[in-house]
Amino acid sequence: MNVGLHHYLIVSAVLFSLGVFGVLLRRNLLNIYMSLEVMLNAANLALVAFSRFNRNLDGQVLVFFIITVAAAEVAVGLALIVALFRMRRSTYVEDLASMKH
Amino acid sequence: MQDVLFYIFAALTLVCGFLVVANPFTRNPVTSAMFLVLTIMSMAGLFVLLEAFFLAAVQVLVYAGAVIVLFLFVIMVLDLQVEERRKYPRSAMLSGGIVAAALLSVMLAAMRELPGTTDGPALEGSTAALGGLLFRHYLLPFEMVSVLLLTAMVGVILLSKRKLK
Repeated sequence: MNVGLHHYLIVSAVLFSLGVFGVLLRRNLLNIYMSLEVMLNAANLALVAFSRFNRNLDGQVLVFFIITVAAAEVAVGLALIVALFRMRRSTYVEDLASMKH
Repeated sequence: MQDVLFYIFAALTLVCGFLVVANPFTRNPVTSAMFLVLTIMSMAGLFVLLEAFFLAAVQVLVYAGAVIVLFLFVIMVLDLQVEERRKYPRSAMLSGGIVAAALLSVMLAAMRELPGTTDGPALEGSTAALGGLLFRHYLLPFEMVSVLLLTAMVGVILLSKRKLK
């Protein structure tokens, strides 16, 4: 069977669901952040696959922008995590629940 | 040949992606970061199969290069003790599994509605074509992204100051 658009989309969907699972499961902020990166990559894969099989380069330009914004987002997010760690000495979400009560 | 390569890269991507989010052997963030590198590399392989050569190179340079190095720097700056005793709560495992499975089934059901693809002439995601599009049609978003990167840089420098005023 020839590999077509569906194959790539299935890989992308499974990868995205894995990322969601990781965000809900992990308790360390850094690991949650890595799961978010996995989700972003899954979306990128779907966009590139659509771009290839619809013969339209716009999707790849969008992926280029997503990668750039993701790099900025990682830098800001990790700086926030470092600032949080300085205040609370922990990156586990259970220890960062002061808004809960 | 291409089909075999697709299955190899897809399997690598999914297995390494699983090991990023839920490694059954270790809870160490460094291991997750390393498997994230492998995920991104195999995804670059998928991009090459989709003839997006420029994006494959950018993926390796920006993600595997810059982003993962940033992650590893932060992991080492924070000097985390890996707390193996913290088990995943059963409720988190259950709810995460249910939500992920539901999301996956919705996406797969939506995929069934897709029209059949036409395998026409291949689209070259070459650097020249992408650059032409980027610098003609998408010039304004391109410039805005550069401002965004500058803003992010200033923000990160401000956030990493010891005393926030």
